[in-house]
Amino acid sequence: MHLTLGPILGYWPRDQVLAFYRDAANWPVDTIYLGEVVCSRRHELRLDDWRDLGRELVLAGKTVVLSTQALLESESELRTLRRIVDNGEFLIEANDLGAVGYLQGRTGFVAGPHLNIYGQETLALFAELGARRWVPPIEMSAGQLAQLMAAHDGELETEVFAWGRLPLAFSARCFTARHFNLKKDECAFRCQEFADGQLLRTREGEPFLTLNGIQTQSAATHSLLGEVDALRAMGVTHLRLSPQSQHMAEVVRLFANALQGERPASDAAADLVEAGLCNGYWHGQPGMRWKTPDARS
Amino acid sequence: MQPRTRPPELVCPAGSLPALKAAVDHGADAVYLGLKDATNARNFAGLNFDVASAREGIRYAQSRGRRVLMAINTYPQAGQTKQWQTAVDTAADWGVDAVILADLGLMRYACRTHPGLARHLSVQGSATNYEAINFCRHQFGIARAVLPRVLSLSQVEHLIQHAEAEIEVFGFGSLCVMVEGRCLLSSYATGESPNTAGVCSPAKSVRWEPTPEGMEARLAGVLIDRYAADEPAGYPTLCKGRFEVAEETYYALEEPTSLNVLAVLPQLIEIGVAAVKVEGRQRSPAYVAEVTRTLRAAIDAAFAERQRFHVKASWSLQLAKLSEGQQQTLGAYNRPWK
Repeated sequence: MHLTLGPILGYWPRDQVLAFYRDAANWPVDTIYLGEVVCSRRHELRLDDWRDLGRELVLAGKTVVLSTQALLESESELRTLRRIVDNGEFLIEANDLGAVGYLQGRTGFVAGPHLNIYGQETLALFAELGARRWVPPIEMSAGQLAQLMAAHDGELETEVFAWGRLPLAFSARCFTARHFNLKKDECAFRCQEFADGQLLRTREGEPFLTLNGIQTQSAATHSLLGEVDALRAMGVTHLRLSPQSQHMAEVVRLFANALQGERPASDAAADLVEAGLCNGYWHGQPGMRWKTPDARS
Repeated sequence: MQPRTRPPELVCPAGSLPALKAAVDHGADAVYLGLKDATNARNFAGLNFDVASAREGIRYAQSRGRRVLMAINTYPQAGQTKQWQTAVDTAADWGVDAVILADLGLMRYACRTHPGLARHLSVQGSATNYEAINFCRHQFGIARAVLPRVLSLSQVEHLIQHAEAEIEVFGFGSLCVMVEGRCLLSSYATGESPNTAGVCSPAKSVRWEPTPEGMEARLAGVLIDRYAADEPAGYPTLCKGRFEVAEETYYALEEPTSLNVLAVLPQLIEIGVAAVKVEGRQRSPAYVAEVTRTLRAAIDAAFAERQRFHVKASWSLQLAKLSEGQQQTLGAYNRPWK
């Protein structure tokens, strides 16, 4: 089983992005996803920059995948999509059907977590369209995933979102701009002030969600650190760790150790996150819940 | 584009047989309905159709020259595909005019098993660009796609110019601020979402609790909002609650408000929208009747008058009474947002 670094979901300054990947080049991750998935107004790095970065990471021994934007609205966004797909160099993660349509029949692609593959027929269809790897929807339980994996012939790699704030929704509206009374189209890039998004609490002060521009994430950090053995037994090939701005090297180390057979304490990563851990989806429960992994001998 | 010879189709919600008849009687060109189970995205207790009511409803509509569309627009869950496929078989057996589907595997099943049954891509299919729509056209021969409520008018126009299928847009009703089919907020709190169970903020997870600080609305224990004694309370949908961000309490995602496109109907007609959809299968027959009557009149007037069209005060008044929080918005169509 391999570790991957998912695309950075926040809007980080260019120097921070480059520094992050300079470090990541030395981490025990196999694959690194690059690119802007959330908002086309975010371009501290443009496609050529991502390609340059990708080449450096390849030289460092990493496999690089370019991720496409999840919500594609305008012609300029489609133009960017086509340029990414036509890059001729890196594997592509498709996060929208528009990308799938454009990728179909080309060399294999990764079917991203936003494509809504819930059933075996749909999974088989994506395999026929050329997917070589797929990322199940984040709300899928272990039981459902086991059924799907039993149904497909095993040639498709499966990558599970194993760490990070859950990307729960995409909107027409930018909630960060809204917070600052700014129009979406004149947002002043205020989301850059919040590397890991803005915390949204209930009126009782309970952390609940995270505002990340047009994306809504969970406040709690989803962690399958305690489920590594089960994931491996199921045949999952890749675990995705979604980058956060702090402590990411430590997160990777914990997962790498778990892959080596070290049994982490159930809340080993709790100190590394802002608003607690969750893993409910994996257990067929509300995603915000936390179930302590079963004690095993 | 050919000049239009008739106005866009008015597609109205039928959560029950009385609502279906109300829509047909008040001028809907088409109604959409679903079964009483997780195969449709409005899987609420007490709603939707069984065999007898569906057959009666389809006969009622089609004998009056109206079309019936059947929504099978949730995602077949692992190991349960048969239930969704059976729903498609049922739709074909009943002789509906089209099925509205979101899942690609199910789309392929419908395409292969019932090639003569027209297929629409549901708003739950999250197609926000023409590449996505044309992909579904080429793969599955879809006749129409319903757009999520996230595009501006000019984006809708550009999409229509490049899409190889008819385009249906939402015209009135509760505003879903997230891209449909890509919102998991409900399952994050309750374990059930539109994609998995056909529900958003399921009623069984809702609790109303009077407290000294006001009436509290909770969803799966999460405080969604708290209302003062004289304050109208909405259904506790997660995206329309009041929350704290940086110590400011406000509707951080969206106010309780309804989409209302009356003001831009001439533009929607001009750019070639094929159908205008009314949201609200969970609403009463009286609501459906009022909204259908108003939209029928407004669409016909906009088609006849084009740029001379103006929104009648009586229509606005009528729809305002039926709107969430008595507030209305053009939503993404004109991006007026703060």
